[in-house]
Amino acid sequence: MKKLSNEVWVYIEQRSGKVADVSFELLSKGRKLAKEINGVLKAVVIGHKMDSVVQETFSFGAQETIVVDHPALEEYKTMPYSRLVSELVGSRKPRIVLFGASFIGRDIAPRVASNTVSGLTADCTNLQIADVTYQKKDYKQLLLQIRPAFGGNIIATIITPDNPVQMATVREGVMEMAPLDKAVNGKIDKVDYVPGDIDGLIEIIDHHQEESKVNLKSASIIVAGGYGMGSKENFSLIHNLAEAIGGEVAGSRASVDAGFVEHERQVGQTGVTVRPKLYIACGISGAIQHRAGMDESNKIIAINNDPEAPIFGVCHYGIVGDVEDVIPKFIEAYKNKLK
Amino acid sequence: MSYHSIVLVKQVPDTANISGNVMKPDGTVNRAKLPAVFNPEDEVALELALQVKERYGGKVTAITMGPPKASDILRECLYMGADEVCLITDRKFAGADTLATSYVLSETIKKFAPYDFIFAGRQAIDGDTAQVGPQTAEKLGIPQITYAEDVIEVKKDGVTIKRRIDGGNETLKSVMPLLITVIKEATAPRPFRAKLAMAYKNAKSLMEIEKMVESNSLLLLDDLIEEYKANGLFIPTLTTEDLDVDIERCGLSGSPTKVHKIESVILAGGEHEKINPDKEGLGYLVDKLMEDHIFG
Repeated sequence: MKKLSNEVWVYIEQRSGKVADVSFELLSKGRKLAKEINGVLKAVVIGHKMDSVVQETFSFGAQETIVVDHPALEEYKTMPYSRLVSELVGSRKPRIVLFGASFIGRDIAPRVASNTVSGLTADCTNLQIADVTYQKKDYKQLLLQIRPAFGGNIIATIITPDNPVQMATVREGVMEMAPLDKAVNGKIDKVDYVPGDIDGLIEIIDHHQEESKVNLKSASIIVAGGYGMGSKENFSLIHNLAEAIGGEVAGSRASVDAGFVEHERQVGQTGVTVRPKLYIACGISGAIQHRAGMDESNKIIAINNDPEAPIFGVCHYGIVGDVEDVIPKFIEAYKNKLK
Repeated sequence: MSYHSIVLVKQVPDTANISGNVMKPDGTVNRAKLPAVFNPEDEVALELALQVKERYGGKVTAITMGPPKASDILRECLYMGADEVCLITDRKFAGADTLATSYVLSETIKKFAPYDFIFAGRQAIDGDTAQVGPQTAEKLGIPQITYAEDVIEVKKDGVTIKRRIDGGNETLKSVMPLLITVIKEATAPRPFRAKLAMAYKNAKSLMEIEKMVESNSLLLLDDLIEEYKANGLFIPTLTTEDLDVDIERCGLSGSPTKVHKIESVILAGGEHEKINPDKEGLGYLVDKLMEDHIFG
């Protein structure tokens, strides 16, 4: 068997030189994974005028940054970007490659996996290194790709035993962002951009993007509503409570799917992971996918009319009652105390 | 000008309504035990393909890979207006991860060439990976547009599509052929057409016709297939024998990712303080949160 690489790569997602938080979070996690396999953490940067981006990767511990910098790469485009990452992964076969489970990550990672015949696991909520025995064979230091599956009834640990490259995507907020006090004196590996036939198959005609007004990750108080709110009209109770106590509004997947609240406010495995000082879950049953996105909150209050709801298993304060009844009383109690 | 659209559809367990023991010991899913539905975003993908056909002419081919039972959703595709459907099924395809799935799909799609578009739902509700579309496009060497919400215009030299991105949207122009993954916000799928439902309710796949023969010794398989074909009610069914595939790249053996461990989620009742839903209880709770400097 060929010797396996000990490199952990993180694909650095950026638009106009602004790096996505999830990439810094993955560098922070990648640093730990690299240490466990006595390996090297590398960042992969593609774009134009990437000097400051490269420096930022060193602040998060990249020991080496591979950079393809060219005017033709100024904007993210599926074809040249995925081709370039595929060529790098295919020729150098890093042991682990991590992508954000974002619009860009979910666009590029599957193409790279397909091209390089690598395993890819989506939306991992945990990544670990461990020795594994699989079908009577021993494998050293595999990447355990852990994710809830099947409506949250199970937690699956996925491995990529017989493949040189193990790839995974992770949602924003799942891993903690941990900048170093002092940046690494990292190496820069400049790779020339050689245009490919397929690079220009798609052109961008128009591009609208606004800085999101929603920032759940930095909110210290979050009020979240679930399917148990019953209707979009009733969901206004969540807004009322959030406004009264100075919190951000969020929702579970079921309430987003039902149209009670917009997708960018979804907390959970396929939404955002949050760690506020206070999380108030109203009418949320507490499926594992939701809990994966909020169970590290400092204090959790659950309001639900079903005393058996799993959300009561992770909360600090449990209130059994109807949301229509409890939320207005809560607002009143708050206003009375803070008069 | 007319265009050929291929739509990738999947029958999925209704993950919102899972009950009982549905996992097999090898970590794969016992689909037989689950209620199965048409993956919602694939239905939207089919709708967009049908709209392209109605605006510009052409034809729509719906393809699914799955157990024989997946022919259910192919009939539904016919009820909505698909011109042609195809079932890919073989025990050797079982246990496929997204990579092995995209390999078989891409080999099947080659049989339906030439095509202008491949439409697929962004993701299936049983895994939410959103990987099979892009992986199939890569295998076919064609470009992709993911998260599509509108097909603005199709011209001979290219298609203009609006797609969702983080905090906004993008309008892209691509050459064809192109693979497009569709989000559910794009449009609502049409209801079944009564006339088509009447016409195709007896459409059957190879396995379904085989079952009829097994239970009635007077029927001959080949004759029956010919009869169904003559009536336009045969659902073409492809197995490993009909496809030019490397078995090692299919199913579990072609899947680099393996399920190492499955843990049932035991939602333990952790310790928590019960608060009465009345004025006193909630007042006490607010006091507690003020003490902890969360409020105030």
